Amino acid sequence: MATGIRDKVVILGMGCSKFGERWDCNAEDLMVEAFEECLKDAGVERKQIEAAWFGTAADEVNVGKSGTPLAVTLRLPYIPVTRVENFCATGTEAFRGAVYAVASGAVDIALAFGVEKLKDTGYPGLPQFTRGTFNNQYWANMTAPGNFAQLASAYCAKYGVDPKELKRAMAHISVKSHANGSRNPKAHLRNRITEEDVLNAPMVAEPLGLYDCCGVSDGAACAIVTTPDIARALGKKDLVSVKAVQLAVSNGEEAYFDKWDGSYVATTRAAAKRAYREAGIDDPRSQLSLIDVHDCFSVTELVTMEDLGISQDGKAIGDVLDGFYDADGGIPCQIDGGLKCFGHPVGASGLRMLYEMNLQISGRAGERQLSNPVLGLTHNLGGWPSQNVSAVTIVGAYGA
Amino acid sequence: MSNDFGILSCGAYVPRLRLQRKSIAISNSWFSPGLRGLARGERAMANWDEDVITMAVEAARSCLQGRKRSGVGQLTFASTTFPFDDRQNAGVVANALNLKSSLAVLDASGSQRAGASALSAAFGSSAGSDFLVVASEKRQAKAASPQEMHYGDGAAAILVGRGQPIARLIGSHSETVDFVDHFRGRGADYDYGWEERWIREEGYQKIVPRAIGTALKSAEVSPESITHFCMPCTLSRVGAAVAKAAGIKEEAVRDNLAAVCGDTGTAHSLLMLAHALEDAKPGDRILVAAFGQGCEVLLFEVTDAISEAAARKCVSATLARRKEESNYQKFLAFNDTVVLEHGMRSEMDKITTLTSLYRNRDTVMGMVGGRCRCCGTRQFPRGRYCVNPECNALDSQDDLPFSDTPATVMTYTADSLTYSRNPPHYYGMVRFEGGGRLVMDFADVDEGRMEVGLPMRMMFRVKDYDHARGFVRYFWKAAPI
Repeated sequence: MATGIRDKVVILGMGCSKFGERWDCNAEDLMVEAFEECLKDAGVERKQIEAAWFGTAADEVNVGKSGTPLAVTLRLPYIPVTRVENFCATGTEAFRGAVYAVASGAVDIALAFGVEKLKDTGYPGLPQFTRGTFNNQYWANMTAPGNFAQLASAYCAKYGVDPKELKRAMAHISVKSHANGSRNPKAHLRNRITEEDVLNAPMVAEPLGLYDCCGVSDGAACAIVTTPDIARALGKKDLVSVKAVQLAVSNGEEAYFDKWDGSYVATTRAAAKRAYREAGIDDPRSQLSLIDVHDCFSVTELVTMEDLGISQDGKAIGDVLDGFYDADGGIPCQIDGGLKCFGHPVGASGLRMLYEMNLQISGRAGERQLSNPVLGLTHNLGGWPSQNVSAVTIVGAYGA
Repeated sequence: MSNDFGILSCGAYVPRLRLQRKSIAISNSWFSPGLRGLARGERAMANWDEDVITMAVEAARSCLQGRKRSGVGQLTFASTTFPFDDRQNAGVVANALNLKSSLAVLDASGSQRAGASALSAAFGSSAGSDFLVVASEKRQAKAASPQEMHYGDGAAAILVGRGQPIARLIGSHSETVDFVDHFRGRGADYDYGWEERWIREEGYQKIVPRAIGTALKSAEVSPESITHFCMPCTLSRVGAAVAKAAGIKEEAVRDNLAAVCGDTGTAHSLLMLAHALEDAKPGDRILVAAFGQGCEVLLFEVTDAISEAAARKCVSATLARRKEESNYQKFLAFNDTVVLEHGMRSEMDKITTLTSLYRNRDTVMGMVGGRCRCCGTRQFPRGRYCVNPECNALDSQDDLPFSDTPATVMTYTADSLTYSRNPPHYYGMVRFEGGGRLVMDFADVDEGRMEVGLPMRMMFRVKDYDHARGFVRYFWKAAPI
């Protein structure tokens, strides 16, 4: 019986570039920015890294394929570098690779890296992704906002919710994330907004307006992980350990079998269930200190609260409007601004979420620091509601 | 000819958008004030994702409704505006209709009478199988031209074969005269025409009555006995003048559909024939005269089997599925008569992988999915393993076409970000009656008129235009019923 990875691996150090429209930077510059911070934070040299997992999602822009862009940019000494791509869950996927490598005992110190240089397309929004030769012939002419927008129509139909009420909760989600992001110097968007701003913004894909959509950003983030023993030997105290990393991938059931109703993300439910078990959590609502979820769109964040089992099904609107997920609420969500405001350089996002968790749990989050957080959850979701990759990671104080 | 051979069925498709001719005239009045004289009624206007092939498929589906498609052994497709110069256009239609591969096909072109000529040839065929004739047209016209006013987009289909025909052919004649009233040279987008008065007087009024006379004489039928005269020409008063010259009663002259649809070119003779069959009674005689470098004359006698076919009223039904369009600019944009700024998202390479298309042609073109023999689950597309998580049987699915299965909307959005020739782009997940679901592009959705639970039907449409290579990619879309 597998025992999982709870407390087998700790975060030795992390780095994160400033996210945003980094017109003056190549992807390589962003990578160096994050890596320099990460090496200092970890207190190791590059030659101590024995293996790396490199997450980049968009071949269409960015650095191209394979592990070589990471090895060449960081001058890694002929170590294994595995390039991973798993839609918007790419960053967490890179982290999972590095964590598993250490947990298996194959290496002592591993690097997880994610970078995306999205603002080289010449147009707003995400780059257009290639989809495969057959899919191209029958998949709808869809975009990320258009895909996630459909959660709203199904959610309202299922629970008999007035679309205006849902939209108000969605607006609250964005207002909260902007308030949080305004306090984060590394965030892409640091302006505060009002509910009216959200409701009056131009429509992108019904019912998602401009302020229901996350930022499209350039950025890089990374983590160096090792075992608790090695971390202690390197003089680290107040260790932040990995409690669970779980991934669930759609198998066509939602998209093609007559069961899923379109109002939730099935993979998140599967990944969360396994992650709670791996982390030994049985009541997430009372046990989690903070969460950073994949708020690519406001409505995604809303249904994720139910998919993670924190809000009851059909009750997320109430929790959101009651401020349960605000910075001063029961479980602060997106305390760093989230995808909405920190930004969403696809391959880096999963690691960016963990960067904030690491700061918060080790008490180094500055102006944003929450009071004594113990367990933090990150959720990284790629694809679209009917076919996607969902990742749930839980980190916390070592031994907690 | 034996009594059991004749027209078995007919079908029609006229695109839902109807451009108001007044809009054309008003927009162009500064340049061509004379157009006001033509500014009555409306013309059918293909949506951006409709072309000659998609319209032909819809007309053929209308024609084959309730019939076994396995009986069709021959298919001729007539048009002068085929999307492909070298790729069997009829073969694309056949694939979309899931017709069997042991099928004789032909593309007929070169003249506005090609549709009627194809129908005439079908009656001459000695093969025993059903013969499907489909004609479809989508002609381009220069802005502010009279053609822009006259033309309409549309398609019609006629099924000929043995069984219980609704009409039998009792006479015909082909007259060939190289009378060049207009032409469209190789690679040209637009017709080049000569003076209308000359076309009427020297063309229609001389060539057509002569051809009709020959046909009637050999059939030993008097012109007065004609009850429906189909003269597919939307020039003013031509039908009446030809009827008079041929000795046909004035009241027999059929509505040329100019006011509600426009001249659908090669399809128009078949469209008017199908329309006449809606009103026909047993014993009626229908005369079709299609003009174009000569004249094709077909004389039918309606049988007792007509009532059922007439009740379907395929032409009236497609004409009734209608939305007024008064935005002339949209018409110009859909036809690439003006070049819009489509933005960088439109530049994504639309190359179609032909190897993949061929392997998946039944899925993509015929919308053939599967039904699991083990658990009965219906699914699209077919996978090697059944999608039911309780089953997952390997290679257990029989072919199951979804194109005629009713569906309802489960989720949807109106996307203003994605590249669309007609934003916002509607799409979403539909559930098929009896099982199966798919996230699909929607077609013919009116802004703000979409909701969960809305009934939808499948329509064959253009998925993408690959302008760089001149290829057109097709797939099915869901449209509100």
